[in-house]
Amino acid sequence: MKALIIAQHEFKSLFLSPLAWSLLGVLQFIFAYLFLTQIENFMRVQPQLAFIEHAPSLTDIIVPPLFGNAGIILLLLCPILTMSVICQERRTKTFALLLSAPLSSTDIIVGKYLGISFLLMVITSGISLMPLSLALGGSIDLGKLACNALALTLLVGAFAAVGVFCSTLAPHPVLAAILSFSFLLLLWIMDWSTAIKEQANEIINYLSLVRHFQNLQTGLIHSADLGYFLLFIASFLWLSIRCLDYQRLQK
Amino acid sequence: MTKLIEADHVFRYFGAYCAVHDLSFSLAKGQVLGFLGVNGAGKTTTMQLLCGLLAPSSGHILINGYNVLTHPILAKQSLGYLPDTPPLYRDLTVSEFLRYCAQLHNIPTKQCHAAVHSALGRCSLGAVQHKLISQLSKGFQQRVGIAQAIIHNPDLIILDEPSVGLDPIQIQEIHTLIKELGQTHGVILSTHRLSEVQESCTDVQIIHDGKLILQKNSAELAAIMSTEKLCLRTRLALDPAALTANTDITHITVISTQHLEIHYHANANPTPKITEQLIAAGVDILELSPIKKSMEEMFIELIQENSK
Repeated sequence: MKALIIAQHEFKSLFLSPLAWSLLGVLQFIFAYLFLTQIENFMRVQPQLAFIEHAPSLTDIIVPPLFGNAGIILLLLCPILTMSVICQERRTKTFALLLSAPLSSTDIIVGKYLGISFLLMVITSGISLMPLSLALGGSIDLGKLACNALALTLLVGAFAAVGVFCSTLAPHPVLAAILSFSFLLLLWIMDWSTAIKEQANEIINYLSLVRHFQNLQTGLIHSADLGYFLLFIASFLWLSIRCLDYQRLQK
Repeated sequence: MTKLIEADHVFRYFGAYCAVHDLSFSLAKGQVLGFLGVNGAGKTTTMQLLCGLLAPSSGHILINGYNVLTHPILAKQSLGYLPDTPPLYRDLTVSEFLRYCAQLHNIPTKQCHAAVHSALGRCSLGAVQHKLISQLSKGFQQRVGIAQAIIHNPDLIILDEPSVGLDPIQIQEIHTLIKELGQTHGVILSTHRLSEVQESCTDVQIIHDGKLILQKNSAELAAIMSTEKLCLRTRLALDPAALTANTDITHITVISTQHLEIHYHANANPTPKITEQLIAAGVDILELSPIKKSMEEMFIELIQENSK
């Protein structure tokens, strides 16, 4: 329950500064532009689609590319959003308030993580609303859209978990941002090397974020992919909690 | 009754540097403990150890009977802490911030409003409760910090240099508040202002280079500070020979014809006899008072002794 109080506070304070507002505004603008490009694409290929058997549907052409691009944009933005979550509090000495209150390290980390996740969920739901608007005029595969929304939510959830861990670790917010960005990028491009050599390396393939994200995007919910994301988030949160405990002993 | 704090042979190292060396003390309800020391003596480290922000390298600390390391949540339940920099979220208003603090300290939602209200009242913050913390002056921010530490009515209140940045009137108010809190709670006050200790503390500890070099209550402190000297001022010139009949007096230093310093044997206060003698001789006394070592003198003496 304590974690929820911290999460609520964290979410509210994000909106007290211009950060969250400008982020939401700018992102929605970019996503809208991407959405329109996809619509344009669909309009262009629509006459040909009529002649193809088992042609890709409206959902197939618009939704996965939109959510895929959103994933990459959020990969760039998530580290900025999470960089100050613990690190800044430590620098402004407000962290003592949480440390001297009857809270466990788990409450603090989970609370902070949930606060950031709420904002990310607002962003993902903003993206999902755009394809949903197509239902007004056309037919849209709601199941596939839901799968894409779930995939993106899990993906940004994983980004945020890495971000929180880096913010716990780093002495300066910018350093935290650089750390989490590099790490996420590495995980993103991990399967490129296997593609070049045409060698399937099972472990590297499994670790790559993109694989699991794209698997979910196809509309197939595989427990291995869900497990990957949940395990990913849980392990980075656990690392952050351990890190916080350790800092108390050491410092 | 369990003690509020029991610190037992606590050490804290930062690498090879020993910041706190073999610290043992206890505190009960109704005590106001002044923690004195020069900058870098280990005051803040000790406060952080007590609040569980740092773990001791060895030894243990019990708060209300709970070990800070093994039962941190139970121990911190009865703890209010004001660090040397008040931990304030500058984007929040005073009442929003205090409400958040109340929630963090397990105050049920229904009682939050009352708790915030009483904390605002106790620290006289009512007038600024809807202002953003970033817009407040340093003194008000300090008061918000104190309000944050007492909002959940903890048994033990730890204040790290609470009077920094306050004007003399605010300092006076804080001292009154501390005294008031000290009647029902245990209070630890760290400071390097000696007058603060004299005014509001029942017990004094002096820490130097991480070691406790003095642990006294206020009565014992008064005894240490006594110098066995009296200051005597009279309206007209007085012949010191008139007092030599008094056997308690060891010798008399003449500062001016109307101002004498009378040295006397320890444990024998000659004040009543002197008064009698002087009145019998028809001398107008302007002042007859014991000369005390100032807190500053004693502090500097102790530090110098221990630095050798």
